[in-house]
Amino acid sequence: MERSFAKEIESLKLGKNEVFYGEGILAITKALLQSGVSYIGGYQGAPISHLIDVLGEAEEILDDLGVHFEYCPNEAAAAAMLGASINYPLRGAATWKSVVGTNVASDALSNLASAGVVGGAVIIVGEDYGEGASIIQERSHAFALKSSIWLLDPRPGHEKFVDLIEQSFQLSEASNTPVMVEFRIRACHVFGSFVCKENRTPEYSRKNLLSEPEFDPNRICLPPGTYHQEKHKVEIRLPAAVDFIRKHRLNEIFPGDADDVGIILQGGLYNSVLRALKQLGLADSFGQCRIPLLVLNVTHPLVPDEVTGFCQGKKAVLMIEEGQPDYLEQALHVLLRKENQDTAVYGKNLLPMAGEYTGRVLLEGIAEFVSESRSHAIEAGPVAAEIQRVKKYILRAAKELGPRPVPKRPPSFCTGCPERPIFSAIKIMEKEFGKVHVSSDIGCHTFSTLPPFNLGNTVMGYGLSLAGSTAVGPAFDKRVISIMGDGGFWHNGLTSGVVNSQFNKKSDSILMVVNNGYTSATGQQYIPSSNDKTGDKFSDISIQSMLKGLGVRWVRKISSYQVRKMLKILRTAMTSKEGGLKVILAEGECQLVRQRRVKPENQKKILEGKRVVQTRFGIDASVCTGDHSCIRLSGCPSLTIKASEDPLRRDPVATVDNNCVGCGLCGEIAHTVALCPSFYRTEIVHNPLPYEVKLNRIRSIVIRIFQFCSGDRKPRKKEV
Amino acid sequence: MFRGSQAPKKGSMSAPEQSGASGLYPQMDPLTILVGALGGEGGGILTDWLVLAATSEGFPVQSTSIPGVAQRTGATFYYIEIFPVKRTELKGKQPILSLYPFPGQIDLAVFTELLEAGRNMENGYVSPDRTTLLASTHRNYAMLEKTAPGDGRYHGEGILQAAKSMSKKVLLFDLEKTAKACGSKENAVLLGAIAGIELLPIPSAVLQESIRQKGVAVESNLKGFEAGMEVAQKKRKDPESSAVESPHAKSVNRKIPSELQQRMENSFPPVSHPLILEGIVRLLDYQGLAYARKYISRLEMLQCRIQEKEEKKDYALCLEIARQLALWMSYEDVIRVAHLKTCAGRFESIRKELDARSNEPVQVTDFLDPGIDEICSLLPSFLARPVLRLGQKFPRFGKLRIPMQIRTDTVSGFLRIWLIARLKKIRPLTFRYRIEQDLIDAWLGQVVRIMEHDQLLAFEMVKCAELLKGYGETYQQGRQNFDSIFRIFVEPALADRTQGLPSAEELRFAREAALNDPQGKSLETFLNKSPGKITRS
Repeated sequence: MERSFAKEIESLKLGKNEVFYGEGILAITKALLQSGVSYIGGYQGAPISHLIDVLGEAEEILDDLGVHFEYCPNEAAAAAMLGASINYPLRGAATWKSVVGTNVASDALSNLASAGVVGGAVIIVGEDYGEGASIIQERSHAFALKSSIWLLDPRPGHEKFVDLIEQSFQLSEASNTPVMVEFRIRACHVFGSFVCKENRTPEYSRKNLLSEPEFDPNRICLPPGTYHQEKHKVEIRLPAAVDFIRKHRLNEIFPGDADDVGIILQGGLYNSVLRALKQLGLADSFGQCRIPLLVLNVTHPLVPDEVTGFCQGKKAVLMIEEGQPDYLEQALHVLLRKENQDTAVYGKNLLPMAGEYTGRVLLEGIAEFVSESRSHAIEAGPVAAEIQRVKKYILRAAKELGPRPVPKRPPSFCTGCPERPIFSAIKIMEKEFGKVHVSSDIGCHTFSTLPPFNLGNTVMGYGLSLAGSTAVGPAFDKRVISIMGDGGFWHNGLTSGVVNSQFNKKSDSILMVVNNGYTSATGQQYIPSSNDKTGDKFSDISIQSMLKGLGVRWVRKISSYQVRKMLKILRTAMTSKEGGLKVILAEGECQLVRQRRVKPENQKKILEGKRVVQTRFGIDASVCTGDHSCIRLSGCPSLTIKASEDPLRRDPVATVDNNCVGCGLCGEIAHTVALCPSFYRTEIVHNPLPYEVKLNRIRSIVIRIFQFCSGDRKPRKKEV
Repeated sequence: MFRGSQAPKKGSMSAPEQSGASGLYPQMDPLTILVGALGGEGGGILTDWLVLAATSEGFPVQSTSIPGVAQRTGATFYYIEIFPVKRTELKGKQPILSLYPFPGQIDLAVFTELLEAGRNMENGYVSPDRTTLLASTHRNYAMLEKTAPGDGRYHGEGILQAAKSMSKKVLLFDLEKTAKACGSKENAVLLGAIAGIELLPIPSAVLQESIRQKGVAVESNLKGFEAGMEVAQKKRKDPESSAVESPHAKSVNRKIPSELQQRMENSFPPVSHPLILEGIVRLLDYQGLAYARKYISRLEMLQCRIQEKEEKKDYALCLEIARQLALWMSYEDVIRVAHLKTCAGRFESIRKELDARSNEPVQVTDFLDPGIDEICSLLPSFLARPVLRLGQKFPRFGKLRIPMQIRTDTVSGFLRIWLIARLKKIRPLTFRYRIEQDLIDAWLGQVVRIMEHDQLLAFEMVKCAELLKGYGETYQQGRQNFDSIFRIFVEPALADRTQGLPSAEELRFAREAALNDPQGKSLETFLNKSPGKITRS
């Protein structure tokens, strides 16, 4: 990790009664330490990356407590770490982005859940769902149900987060079951505070060692143990969990005067639901609410008598459950039916089946529930009036903004990103070969599927691009290209992709490994092939020697910025008579990391009076004709447009803004496809050497003389 | 029954009072702040400053965001809630703060770019009974605006209008410019502006202090803060003053030979003078007096016909011809590019753009990539034709390019390009010159003939010259598109009068199809449907 988390680490050291201020995910990290964990592992990914980033640097604290921490190569490895809690009273936690991470981890999770645990095993999942999510939209809930893992969905607020994490360890131990705690994106990034407790030294750890391995055939996932385990899940663990949840009141009931109706909701949605109720005049800022609420901080298992008890005497309840399928709503129907209760259940009929429950969605859904359920205590008029007010503004805005929708702003590669030139090259290559099938992967490079490149036909999962091309490749008249990041390569691509294609010996396709040195989309964490002379956390395992070791013969390594050369290699790879896998290693350090390092270095040097050369690109506005073909091949944020100053030209001309980092792609593209002579590269020399200043002066005098001779006497206003 | 939408009133919320049987506390609303930004604009730091300031004032505060995508240039937003009653006065009561903005419930909406203001207004986050709107008027163009081959910009007038009418109070100014002028970043200027509008219950000194507390680029951020505060205070003193400036450059008065001036004034309506003047200036610079005369003569030839026919007297056709003809006549050949790359003032403007100090050398490298086509265009036709034929026969030779990186700031590099620019004198002898003049005359001839029958169609024909732009492949494709449109729509109709003319609309569709898909595919599909049968979708 290139960023420093020194400040965050300090907050993990806080002791009893000190106040923690910070992000949600950090509060969760602190809660793990307060719970006395022996070990933590995980795989990075928004929104839980910071948990791993911070602990990765917090060696001092971890060593002090004796906590074992690992950056896992993938989620399956992280989940497998929890195996330590199966036999021994070791508390442990694993974390990842869900649902994708849970998918990868599911093999280990099933085994873990079947065997059961004696030490508390808690899985922190960042539920990447809704606006701002970067993955497929599914619920982690399904995994909890099918594997009998308990699922917590805590009500927001740092204090509640921290309490529930501690209680989830107790729940896990009381019911011999791993517990999953889901946090939504915003909850992970919420800034708040809580009063700390002392960090707890784990019972057993590197500091207090175990000596006797425990052997229990009932904890091994092999028949007949597995049959016993399944029975144990339903006969012992489930009732124990239900008892614990009921006894320790993990779920919360908030009373209200309109008690002939009620709302049951996932804990994570509490703040939004309360705000919606407040906007409708049914709650205040402090949690006082006129409609009774049952807040499910535990969404699996449900406590049957708690739910039916809440519904007792109510003519209608609303189940607010984000995502689909509507597991909770279905469960509610079943529970009420079993008790012969006739409370009407509203839910997905008033709220959308799919998609995030944002402010507006909840506002409208709850308002509808109020008008449908007709509580004796609630006047429907003011509620409807508020909805009308909001709708009026939205309609009015649409009318005033006019018919053309405001253009969307999809994410794209950063300024100077080393991945962009690869797709420029493929796009240029397609002019010769026609369109090619591109199997995309997970990573920043997935942005190639968006404008301006629109390259990539399928995305099958992290590190799965090559595997995802094995069946489609043979069906095509030309070779297909798989794109894989270095992160994906180590996560999974090495075995499921490269080894697979070497093993089956049928592959005849191209693999482009985008080697930028970090898992950049998740926040520039180190990977096995990261290398840097300064750090000590690098294993520096070379992808190239790995490929060689696996017997891949056709490997070309190239700096990704060299579009012309890349084009040549691509051409060879497409036409070569040699069969088998052809791997192109496109190298170029993540520009975000590079700039974070280089910028301050340069600034310091300039201040110290040292010579620094800074490169930037520019465009002659008078040469540019405004056709924007350069932008269609690049899409760099710093390559943009501006109004033409030429009174005869109406179309905006291309321009390079101040954020240009001088990566050189503009020049490469201009040369490779002979686009346009408008581009120029500038190198400004800060603190030049004396001879440079003199030379420069002489040059400009001579040039001026020539310009004068050619009758070009005055600087033309237009240019300035 | 209280309305949740009521704005908090300052000073009226010290001690909460119980109201009615429901046990709700009325009129205790958090202050809600929505910040809409793009990646890299420092929205996260701005949020941190606000949180720090609110915390140090003792107010309960919460912020949230969706980072990650923002880093990569997408639009994102940050959401902050400040409960405007100090913790000490709340006596342990905890306000429940929302992680989501709610439509119609935003007190302060801050947008770092104009489009983002529009986007959030669409979602109902700006309402006239509650929202103070603070937005930048500058544009950061979205990808699809940039990649459009012509002008794909979203015009922000609607957003500016809506911003004024949809908000309770509004402050619009060019954030980018203000930040640049004071050498600071956008987020610091915004914090200053937030202090200046005095909406938050936090003194400006405390907001300023949060910059020091955060400790990121303190000096320059404080400068930005001052600048932002000044903008907001000026606006408060003089609410009518419009901070929005017209982005269009004014055309400069230019001198041309009196002979041309007179011909222009005699033959053309005054409304067209500025444009024709620009055309003359351009062609004088491009080739010389004789060429500028040729421009005027061509226009005069057309003008008498236009005057007879122009019904509406809006001179649209006349203006468009004057513009397109000047552009076409100053076609971009190697000589033109060499001239623009070596003309006086270029290096000065590059230095200015880079903010280079007088002692700092700036090296300029130009990327030139002439191919056989470009080289032939400089030769006289009797030489160019055989070479081009050879190129067609041997595609490898025909596609030959000579990529050059020339250090134009050095004497030798400059001279190489400068000498090419000197070829201007012999331009009329070159192959390309002959071709372009023939094409222009043919085009004008067709326009004249169509003008007799259909003014609108003639106008569209003139506009088709827009397709001829760019260099290399882009230009070739544009030329092909131009040719096919004329070949399919115009020529048959002119050759055989019984066929009937295509409609102006058809021609416009064809032109737009060609413009919107530079590869020429959508034009192809369009042209495959025979003229006259085209569905107007």
